[in-house]
Amino acid sequence: MIELQHVAMSYSGKELLTDMSLSVAPGSFHFLTGPSGAGKTTFLKLCYAELLPTAGQMMLFGQDATEMGRDEIAGIRQRIGVVHQDCQFLEHLTLEENVALPLTVTHRPVNPDELRELLGWVGLGHRRTAHPAQLSGGERQRAALARAIITSPDVILADEPTGNLDYEMSLRLLSLLVELNRMGKTVMIATHDLNLIRQTKAQVQARVLRITNRRLQAAGADL
Amino acid sequence: MRLPFLNPDRPGADHVVPPTGFTARLTLFTAAAMAFLAVFALALSLATGRLAHRWADSLARSATIRISAPPEQMDAQVASVMEVLKTTPGVASERVLSNDEMKTLLKPWFGPDLPVDALPLPKLIAVTETAQGVDEEGLRLRLQGSAPGAVFDDHTRWRRPLVAAAERIRFLGLTSLLLIFGAMAGMITLAAQAALAANGQVIATLRLVGARDAYIARAFVRRFTLRGLAGATLGMALGTAAVALLPSPDAAGGFLTGLGFTGVGWFWPLIIPPIAAIVAYTATRFAAARMLRRIR
Repeated sequence: MIELQHVAMSYSGKELLTDMSLSVAPGSFHFLTGPSGAGKTTFLKLCYAELLPTAGQMMLFGQDATEMGRDEIAGIRQRIGVVHQDCQFLEHLTLEENVALPLTVTHRPVNPDELRELLGWVGLGHRRTAHPAQLSGGERQRAALARAIITSPDVILADEPTGNLDYEMSLRLLSLLVELNRMGKTVMIATHDLNLIRQTKAQVQARVLRITNRRLQAAGADL
Repeated sequence: MRLPFLNPDRPGADHVVPPTGFTARLTLFTAAAMAFLAVFALALSLATGRLAHRWADSLARSATIRISAPPEQMDAQVASVMEVLKTTPGVASERVLSNDEMKTLLKPWFGPDLPVDALPLPKLIAVTETAQGVDEEGLRLRLQGSAPGAVFDDHTRWRRPLVAAAERIRFLGLTSLLLIFGAMAGMITLAAQAALAANGQVIATLRLVGARDAYIARAFVRRFTLRGLAGATLGMALGTAAVALLPSPDAAGGFLTGLGFTGVGWFWPLIIPPIAAIVAYTATRFAAARMLRRIR
């Protein structure tokens, strides 16, 4: 699904990531950890082709990311649900309009019952007509998750999805992601919250990767 | 349950773009102002076109014969010319201008109390031609033979510059129309670019959820096209009303006579809003394509 071969990423002459190799298998669960500024977000951006590697080969669903045109990248993004760190909503639309956006922009029909069910699943059934500014941090994160999965993508990438949440809400969001993984979705979560990783590993078989010194490594035995 | 945003009856892609007050007002105002001016340019073009046609048509069918002769020969030469004209093919009517008519013609130069009888003025004969017209060279030769003081004037000398002037004004009117739509395209391009730049975050979000550039561009294009159409419709309505309220030919006299629309010509301003919409559509498509290429 996502294959990296000696991938490096530089910006303005500074190397942010170097010599990264990874193969993400369908249905797998990955944690990506490391200190703030280690390059977790940059790595995830490579995985959904918002950034392109400056060296090495990056294959997304069998296609070389560096050779993809804009429309092909848009097609890849329809197969990858992204929960962005700052959620990225369109503030003038309601919650349900935001959640349905991946379907709307690709001219796919929205089943109102399924949308309602999805919002209920993430605990936002009562907030359908609210605007993003009216939502709490936890509600925004759950709404972002709902938007990421509404197209039933093959892969879900989440960048610090629990960053704005209290511990209880974090566990709840994580359990949603675990449930999605049990449904066969590939999940990759970038987080620096090690407790959360431990909690999740108790529920699902997850691979933990750490970015240290710009390189990707398997995490130690403590995780 | 129908979601309002997803309802097919609700206008499409442009709702993913937040309404931006400044660019919306700028586009609406520009389109309205340009359409208002376009109505006047159109009215001017049509009026001068009519004027040129009228002058060309009426002057082409009229001619004058001027007879300058000693007083004792004047009547005989006039009679000879009238005789020649009666037997000339292509002459519909001929008439000697009376002293009163001569006085009216000369009034602007010599004032109202001109003693026409005391002046050695030439006699003028007004000739109206048939649609076929007269053989001018043949008539000149015959006049030379029977009335040596008679000069045939078919008005060509002063008809040509008048018609040329009217044609030139019409051309200027049409050029103004092109410039107006060009300026409108420029301003809408700038407004669209400003809107795209201001909505960088929206574009990033739309791309994040898998929107293709064509969809994003369409969202902006549709919005600006509708604004252009609405503004131009408003400007066209105001412009047409202003033309309708121009002083009547009698009150305005001279130049303003006939400036405006006549008959089916009143429908001509209706082409302005669709043209404005096409201009807005093209300008925004161009701006969006260029901007989206630049933003990754």
